[in-house]
Amino acid sequence: MKKNEKTNDWKVKLGLAEMLKNGVIMDVTNVEQAKIAEDAGAIAVMALERVPSDIRAQGGVARMSDPKMIMEIKKAVSIPVMAKCRIGHIAEARILEALDIDFIDESEVLTPADDEFHINKHEFRIPFVCGCRNLGEALRRIGEGAALIRTKGEAGTGNIVEAVRHMRCLMGGIHRLQACSKEELMTEAKNLGAPYDLVCYVAEHGKLPVPNFSAGGVATPADAALMRQLGAESVFVGSGIFKSKNPKKVAKAIVEATTHYNDAAKLAKLSENLGEPMHGIDVRQLDEKQLFATRGW
Amino acid sequence: MKTIGILGIQGAIEEHEASIRRLGLNTLWVKGAEDLKKIDGIILPGGESTSMGKQLEWFGLMAPLRKAIAGGMPAFGTCAGMILLAKDIEGSTQTRIGLMDILVRRNAYGSQLDSFVTDLKVKGLKAPLPAVFIRAPRIESYGPEVEVLASYKSHPVLVREKNLLAASFHPELTESTALHRYFTEMI
Repeated sequence: MKKNEKTNDWKVKLGLAEMLKNGVIMDVTNVEQAKIAEDAGAIAVMALERVPSDIRAQGGVARMSDPKMIMEIKKAVSIPVMAKCRIGHIAEARILEALDIDFIDESEVLTPADDEFHINKHEFRIPFVCGCRNLGEALRRIGEGAALIRTKGEAGTGNIVEAVRHMRCLMGGIHRLQACSKEELMTEAKNLGAPYDLVCYVAEHGKLPVPNFSAGGVATPADAALMRQLGAESVFVGSGIFKSKNPKKVAKAIVEATTHYNDAAKLAKLSENLGEPMHGIDVRQLDEKQLFATRGW
Repeated sequence: MKTIGILGIQGAIEEHEASIRRLGLNTLWVKGAEDLKKIDGIILPGGESTSMGKQLEWFGLMAPLRKAIAGGMPAFGTCAGMILLAKDIEGSTQTRIGLMDILVRRNAYGSQLDSFVTDLKVKGLKAPLPAVFIRAPRIESYGPEVEVLASYKSHPVLVREKNLLAASFHPELTESTALHRYFTEMI
């Protein structure tokens, strides 16, 4: 009975992640933005007090958002609501679970609470999404119970280069395992720092055992289409929408681009006249200490 | 050979694709009106019904899809797909195909923490059908032409009205292809 319950818990966690495929999840900081996101066709919203570009600009410790603000957003929309907790912050995660939201992002965008360990996500009934930069990191998070993986990119930069780097690296890692003989897989697991059974799953199926989304740096419809072409099953958009000059239009265009990512004529049409996108940062100008993506163990 | 279209806008499209392929039939992601000519039936997958409904309108697919289904093309909606098929949605005016005589309430079983898995007894199927309910919509009432094929706790969860089949749950998230087979036999 107990084992059966565990299996069913995993089925519904993974099930919601599957339902979120082929869509856009948008960062929102208040009810008004949440409604704009829903009207633009977002499939879920991430409720947080500051978008990553503001966290980056303002500095200090970034923590879980005020539960009141999260609950206001939950009341305002009918689509799933996600919220972020700090890496390793079990208590913040329990608080978010108690709010009865739909997904928790154990996120490197917030200041880590534990610089050695992530949350044991199997212990929770609520599903978790976690970031990764490569296959080993993805499989470690899945081993801990993440039902959804997103490549990290570099949040709050409006620069797609890190998102591309991480997705290329992840997909390259998957392709490499597919070409391995069975004898090679244990050594691959050792080198990746990843659970052996998950390495075997990827080698056999050519994909992660959970959906694989992209985050961190999407600012235009073309960026969203690019990440889909590189293998992302959905796209998280943070600062890119509400830091642009015309959030409603940009949000809708990114949703449409995510659906029609392979149709260049449609992409051309919906990229027209969007106004000024978010300003953005050249990632090479950032100090190592300013990078969010290196958080995660 | 029959080709089953799957509305290819958003949601768990790949899982339906895999279920249909296991039955040995062709599949096609339907993204535009021209795709409707190439298919014998259509699955409306799970995902977010508001996003799918809006995008159907934005890309001019809503009217031709509604016309095709009204003209007799078999359609199978699961979860969000069932919401798209419903004539009435409690407390909502969201864009939908709206051809099936049912009244549904979105997220009526609660949020993600209330999602669950169960086995259903289905009229016409010998074995119990495993069913995954995720933020599921509930059928609150239905018209005289609607046949109830399965219920859960006194609410219908699988219904048929002529060429329309709708489920509150996700058969595509299980190993069973029994319901997909049932649908393909409607064609």
